[in-house]
Amino acid sequence: MKIFVTVKQVPDTSGTVAVNPDGTLDRASMQTIINPDDMNAVEAALTLKDELGCKVIAFTMGPPPAEGMLRELMAMGVDEGVLITAREFGGSDTYATSQIIAAAIDTYGVEPEDIILAGRQAIDGDTAQVGPQIAEKLHLPQVTYAGEIKKDGNTLTVKRILEDGYMTVKVQTPCMITCIKELNKPRYMNIAGIFECYRKDVVTMTYETLKDHPLIDKSTIGLAGSPTNILTSFTPPQKGAGMMLSGDGRETTDKLAGILAGKHII
Amino acid sequence: MFSSTEIESFKNVWVFCEQRNGEMMPTTFELISEGRKLADELGVELCGILLGDNVDGIAPELGKYGADKVYVYNSPLLKVFTTDAYAKVIADAVETFKPEILLFGASTIGRDLAPRCAARLHTGLCADCTHLDIDLQNYQNFLREASTLPEERIERTKSVRLAGADHSVARDLKMTRPAFGGHLMASIICPRFRPAMATVRPGVMKKRENPRTAELIHPEFDLKPSDIKTEVVEVVKAAKKLVDLIGADCIVSVGRGISKDVEKGLALAEELAAELGGVVGASRACVDAGWIGADHQVGQTGKTVHPKLYIALGISGAIQHKAGMQESECIIAVNKNETAPIFECADYGIVGDLFKVVPELIESIRAAKAAK
Repeated sequence: MKIFVTVKQVPDTSGTVAVNPDGTLDRASMQTIINPDDMNAVEAALTLKDELGCKVIAFTMGPPPAEGMLRELMAMGVDEGVLITAREFGGSDTYATSQIIAAAIDTYGVEPEDIILAGRQAIDGDTAQVGPQIAEKLHLPQVTYAGEIKKDGNTLTVKRILEDGYMTVKVQTPCMITCIKELNKPRYMNIAGIFECYRKDVVTMTYETLKDHPLIDKSTIGLAGSPTNILTSFTPPQKGAGMMLSGDGRETTDKLAGILAGKHII
Repeated sequence: MFSSTEIESFKNVWVFCEQRNGEMMPTTFELISEGRKLADELGVELCGILLGDNVDGIAPELGKYGADKVYVYNSPLLKVFTTDAYAKVIADAVETFKPEILLFGASTIGRDLAPRCAARLHTGLCADCTHLDIDLQNYQNFLREASTLPEERIERTKSVRLAGADHSVARDLKMTRPAFGGHLMASIICPRFRPAMATVRPGVMKKRENPRTAELIHPEFDLKPSDIKTEVVEVVKAAKKLVDLIGADCIVSVGRGISKDVEKGLALAEELAAELGGVVGASRACVDAGWIGADHQVGQTGKTVHPKLYIALGISGAIQHKAGMQESECIIAVNKNETAPIFECADYGIVGDLFKVVPELIESIRAAKAAK
């Protein structure tokens, strides 16, 4: 039994975000982090590993420095990392990305007992599309928004969190589960793991590695193979600052209430 | 043989009409209203696609908001949502009827289902859209208002370079959405494939009546129990009544500023909200700290709201929060820190401790109401 976890290195949008004059993101000036929901997927994989002793393999697609992120995950307990990187893969939208990651996972080999875990969505794009699209490309069933995962033999029982409650779904391996932050609290790297991670393997899969896979075709990968195009990107204008009322006493709140009453808001 | 690249053979705007337990989700009516606008701009029909078990009864109401037709698929296998059953029926229907646009609500169902359908149909999907246009003039006017782009760049949006040639986007769906936690907005198109697919953020599009009699159509379809690889054991509704942030006229939201006395801070927000006939919202910090349920969360990962009155108490105003509330008609911010970014989007700001200001504000509002 193996668990594949898909992870993404993303710019940390919680800090200062720099935007270039042309409206694109100034990625060079930003810190990168492991996408938060992906950390929950990694933790879910490691929890299952603790229980069942299975192998956990992390897959990421990105530029070569993403290898550092894979080492961090290995220091947490992930057994192996796969870095999917090639100029041909650059500019891929979610469709093309899922096509490539599905080809990489398939090349590694999915067996009947295996599970693929992904974060619900990445904080740079917030699309939540790549997980389900990988599942579709691999013809595997999916359960998204997992807030609880239990395994019994080849059956997973997943609590799928909805806006107004939850549903409990049973699914057989092999399958894709996307994870949300309510699922668990990711563990830290441990000292032994930090030493050991450099002894573990990072496998690099390039265009050459994957080019003969049926899912990989110049017309379905990269910028040219992406069904969607960006027409334009822009920053929203700041709403003009309003009126600052001086003081924090009753006169100030009376004045505010007066304005609201005058505008028929109250 | 279906091919998503034969652009000319696709026609009409479709909306996936999400129902749960036989009740139409409110977002469906927002999408039908928006779909009507797009269909009119294209000069085509607006059709709903409704899946469920014995759901004919809830279809006619879609006509009230502008649906010309509703394709209804009834089966016990469609009673409860499963990705496999819904994706099969929808993808098969798209292959048969070839709509040029297909919209879903960006719910936990829509965002599970739409990517699966798009991958199967080999077409593009844009997630969590907050603005949709066909008409180029309307789109460029939207950019003039909603962006800081210079006029020459707005002019350039009329076409894109595709495989070395200029492609006019006049009939393409222009799908605008926030990215990078709301720091950037992006307009996406799907020029080479159909249908152009989008999930649309709940609460953003306005519900507009545009009544007509929707024609109900029951196409034949093929769905077997063996098509469904998952088993839904139970569906549980939250016992607690969830707060209706999206429908509220007034929202009083709390942030990290209540940390000094969480219980009292929440009680003050509730009292103020009750006085204004509103509900209590919260920033992500409060939800992450476990002070209040996730259904109260406003912002990029929570709900997008535009009430008549939004009062932010002790919220610093991270861009992710602002992304979810800055379209409110009137914004009042109370914060101890005069440099808090929330003041940048507030109509009225008070620098002060919310634990002091809110009780005074409640008194002032009572007095102002009594004087009316």
